[in-house]
Amino acid sequence: MDAPISTDTNLDASPTQEATTEMNIATDTHTSSIKMTAKNVSVFYADMQALKDVSLDIIENRVTALIGPSGCGKTTFLRCINRMNDLIPSCKVSGEIKLGDHDVYDPSVDVEVLRRRIGMVFQKPNPFPKSIYENVAYGPRIHGLAENKEALDAIVRKSLKRAGLLDEVEGRLDALGTSLSGGQQQRLCIARAIAIEPEVILMDEPCSALDPIATAKIEELIDDLKKRYTIVIVTHSMQQAARVSDYTAYFHLGELVEKGETNRIFTAPQHSKTEAYITGRIG
Amino acid sequence: MQKDHIVHAFDAELQQLDTLIAQMGALAQQQQINALTSFLDNDCKEAKRVAKADKKIDQLEQDIITHATQIFALRQPMAADLRTLVASFKIASNLERIGDHAKNLAKRTKRVGDIPILAEVKGSLEIISSLTIAMTGNALEAYAERSTEKALAVLKQDEDVDRRHKSLIREVLTYMIEDPASITAGTELLFIVKNIERAGDHATNIAEQVYYIITGRYIDAGRDITGHNPDDATSAAP
Repeated sequence: MDAPISTDTNLDASPTQEATTEMNIATDTHTSSIKMTAKNVSVFYADMQALKDVSLDIIENRVTALIGPSGCGKTTFLRCINRMNDLIPSCKVSGEIKLGDHDVYDPSVDVEVLRRRIGMVFQKPNPFPKSIYENVAYGPRIHGLAENKEALDAIVRKSLKRAGLLDEVEGRLDALGTSLSGGQQQRLCIARAIAIEPEVILMDEPCSALDPIATAKIEELIDDLKKRYTIVIVTHSMQQAARVSDYTAYFHLGELVEKGETNRIFTAPQHSKTEAYITGRIG
Repeated sequence: MQKDHIVHAFDAELQQLDTLIAQMGALAQQQQINALTSFLDNDCKEAKRVAKADKKIDQLEQDIITHATQIFALRQPMAADLRTLVASFKIASNLERIGDHAKNLAKRTKRVGDIPILAEVKGSLEIISSLTIAMTGNALEAYAERSTEKALAVLKQDEDVDRRHKSLIREVLTYMIEDPASITAGTELLFIVKNIERAGDHATNIAEQVYYIITGRYIDAGRDITGHNPDDATSAAP
């Protein structure tokens, strides 16, 4: 199912308009560059517009949090990034999303390859009903990333280690992935995502089904993972966005209301809608 | 003003914080007035009472800190709420200092007594004191109304106080030079003038915090807020 895309429509915005909409997200330019760019992205589910003209830069090796009330479009936007919305027949995406110089929605793009470069972790831990080892080995195997058993073993162990899970599952890699605790399962899913060496990891409320300790472990992990990967996280918890992210984008009714460095968004937001949302007032 | 929080108890807690600050501020300002009156009237008994009353201000500072800490722990405030709470610590601390300066003035009543220099500078002293007392009130008003305009007005007033302070110091020094016998009492008087001017600085700090609460930006008054930048007084000819 191809998502139609019109890369020609909204891209000729005047420089001044561009300057105002592209405010302040990339002030932290001393070490980081832009990994992904979304320009004028709109999404329709049949006649319902879920995203309106969203433009956002995703900075490399940083965590970008997408926040906003339910139905604001944050998850829709996240799912546009690796074309998960392709799976929804009525979904139409317009605008441009680039990974580096490559248009994610270019017809020539192999979606499987794209999703290898842009991995995803979901709200509920969803390990395959297979062993811990197989959960992690699956991706590298189908993508042909390991030449032999030893190489595959090494990838599995490295991924489990990076996901902070290896110590806890050492000696029982053949146990079922589903036999782990919720927090461990989620870290297993993260290990599975990073086993194929993605560049970007999308996380859709990865801690909403976890207790505070498991949540803290994931948050600690995110902080570690951003050294190697670029992370975009959707979260309902503003405190979590504040804790884990470098940049925050606030969505409201399908619009990107405000974006900027997280410490500024949560101490001195510029938009009254952002203020109303993050202080717990009715938006 | 902003809309209410979805959780109304949070609004009540912030309201309570405002009330505590208003109470503490009113008390600090009243102490300034009482200290000045007792000093100018050379009323040692009243001065003693004023010095003692400072304890109430200290208690209110503690109450504010405790209350604000609880809100931090229980509500995890963000944005303007966060700024209000952070600022409340500083505002309380500045009000406490204003109270201290009033106490110090009261305590010096006996030591200065009814000296001749005082009679000469009494007029100027009264003016600068009433200005700083008004600044306390204005800063509190700016807080209560969340008014940047009123906060900025306090900063302006402080410039006036600083000019008058320089000029008054010079005046006292001149009398001390003319009459070396007055040096001891004159020195006390210099401390008093300094105390009064410092109270103005604390009101200014409060106004700066109010500005921060409203805008999220720190204001730079373009001068050393610890007190006495000599450049400020260049235009203050006696």
